[in-house]
Amino acid sequence: MQFWLTQTLNSLTLGALLLLLSSGFALIFGLMRIANLAHGALFMTGAYVAASAMRANLGFMTAVVLAIVVTAAAGALIERLILRALKSNGQAQVLATLGLSFIAGDVCLMIWGGDPIPVSPPAWLQSPINMLGFSFPSYRIAVLFFAVVVAIALFLVIERTTLGARIRAGVDDMPMARAVGIRASRLFTGVFALGALLAGLGGAMGGPMLSAYPGLDGDMLPLALIVVILGGVGSLAGTYLASFLIGFVYTFGNALVPDLAYVVLFLPMILVLAFRPQGLMGAQA
Amino acid sequence: MKRRAFVQHASAAASALALPGLAVTAHAQDASDTLRLGLLTVKTGPFASGGIDMERALTAYLAESGGRMGGRKVELIVADTGGVPAVARTKTQELVERERAQVLFGPLAAFEALAIDDYIKSKKTPVFLVAAAEDMTQRKSNPWVTRGGSTSAQCAHPAADYCARKLKYKKMILIADDIAYGHEMTAGFQRVFEEAGGKVVQKLFPPLTVPDYSTFLAQLKPDADAVFLGFAGSNGFRFIRQFNEYGLRGKMALFGGMTALDESVLRNMGDEALGILTVNWYSAELRNPINDKFAPAFRKAHGYDPGLYAATIHVSASVLDAALGNLKGKAFDREQLSAALRNTQAMTARGALKFDEYGNAVGDVYIRRVERKDGRLVNAVIDTYPNVSQFWTYDAKKFLADPVYSRDFPPAKNLAG
Repeated sequence: MQFWLTQTLNSLTLGALLLLLSSGFALIFGLMRIANLAHGALFMTGAYVAASAMRANLGFMTAVVLAIVVTAAAGALIERLILRALKSNGQAQVLATLGLSFIAGDVCLMIWGGDPIPVSPPAWLQSPINMLGFSFPSYRIAVLFFAVVVAIALFLVIERTTLGARIRAGVDDMPMARAVGIRASRLFTGVFALGALLAGLGGAMGGPMLSAYPGLDGDMLPLALIVVILGGVGSLAGTYLASFLIGFVYTFGNALVPDLAYVVLFLPMILVLAFRPQGLMGAQA
Repeated sequence: MKRRAFVQHASAAASALALPGLAVTAHAQDASDTLRLGLLTVKTGPFASGGIDMERALTAYLAESGGRMGGRKVELIVADTGGVPAVARTKTQELVERERAQVLFGPLAAFEALAIDDYIKSKKTPVFLVAAAEDMTQRKSNPWVTRGGSTSAQCAHPAADYCARKLKYKKMILIADDIAYGHEMTAGFQRVFEEAGGKVVQKLFPPLTVPDYSTFLAQLKPDADAVFLGFAGSNGFRFIRQFNEYGLRGKMALFGGMTALDESVLRNMGDEALGILTVNWYSAELRNPINDKFAPAFRKAHGYDPGLYAATIHVSASVLDAALGNLKGKAFDREQLSAALRNTQAMTARGALKFDEYGNAVGDVYIRRVERKDGRLVNAVIDTYPNVSQFWTYDAKKFLADPVYSRDFPPAKNLAG
């Protein structure tokens, strides 16, 4: 009983982290049709910046804010300086983001060294919660609530604001959106920065769970890819659903059939691609 | 061509940077009395932490010895493999053929070592291995390989003995990375622990790159006495932090394998590590004439204690130094050196060391406890197993007649359902 409860909570918290990680990726992919392979690197950068800020005793809130400012700025610069120059060539853009992720990995290594850096959760969330005879880290519960709040906020931005309307228009039909006067270039920069910000936020919030270490980027990127493909391109709700779905599949896969953990993880993705290529909630192509 | 030239310059620049004074004097000497030593290390990517320590330890050794080994001047050539097998192979070729390296140190990872195994056989180049893959000094031993550290399971055998006999653990859980190193280490542990009457009730192998151990923490059988950690790199560090985060500290003891709480990991840990026992053939806290100089000097230069990778290279350098000392006055001959290495006995930073006929170290193994000293965490030595060989107390012939340690060998008979 305790096993199932703990694993269910584990699934939910992993899903929350995946939601923060993947929603930015989904935004960028949906609007710009670029699989941003530097997304894992942005996540890692967020974790490292937050770790440094915590080490400098700036407090957890400041650390998270610093992390998202840095990653959003990095995202805006990447879009302005690099992706824009390659805009006629989608493949080159994807390759450029892959190159950037390698560069970011080594830059992080130069700045922060090869050792893992622990990130402490805020003081009031450090001791585990004891309930029903077992204990669970209180910080992880907090991340779950936080991710739900972020998800709702992001959904409202997309559905209820002018910016959101522009983004939705761009996702549905870019040439048409341009024709009605939406400035695509500004929109692209903004969305890329927002996507990067969400990655940085995920990294900063995930830091206390995972620590900041070289290779964190490579550990997270495939998970973001799976979530977005499963959820459906251009669908935020699909990304949310897929995040929690993968959270459950990954956690219970590892727990029940550890030898097949990766098979269990990738199998739903392959099935979805085979029978429903647009993803769970993606629009028909 | 351009790229190759660049690589050549870069590696020349790297070696010049590492030893500015030395390279110059070495060139001025008669070439026949200079030893060209190649170091295969990792300075980029996830293994960089250990790789950088390897280079620092070798530089420290040469600084102590006045840039000489066994009376010869040493010219050091450093190559960065990035921890990638294919690159390790190319760099080895470059060191041996272009740089004419006569002896090699490294590489760090087992799959890198396997990638250069055939090549060093064909080029007859003595190599001081850092990687721990069992069979490289066992069933597939290579006459050119010397290992100053240990095999994967060499320290796990005495650790299991200690857990069963001294700590009186009856039921244990083994958890390790899902790679050959983790399989071999836990297999050795299980064999000795169960032969001493203990039961391994659970074996868990999380993927090497799993970012979060929460799934595995929830599975740990609550009635076990302790968990043996066979992790490498930063994984042990993350496991222990998450173990505490889940409120398991105090409910179950932890016992670390040789890399789980290495000095390189310890320097970033906090009180959560205090009191955990580990096994290793080295500790920065070890008191002997050589380590009394090496560890404080290393700490002074870099601000942290030397760990397993630094120690492996420093120990290898002592062994090479001693072997070359026995061949003093003769021209360098790789066959002679290789034969001499098997019979070399040396005083090293880990204590007195000799070798078995397969080129693997036979030396003391220590049980250590994490303690706080002068504000930093250290691995304090609390017990010693003398002269531990890779075959533990088993007969070498019988040991080698069995299959190599793996996930399935020896079979685990006491796993709880």
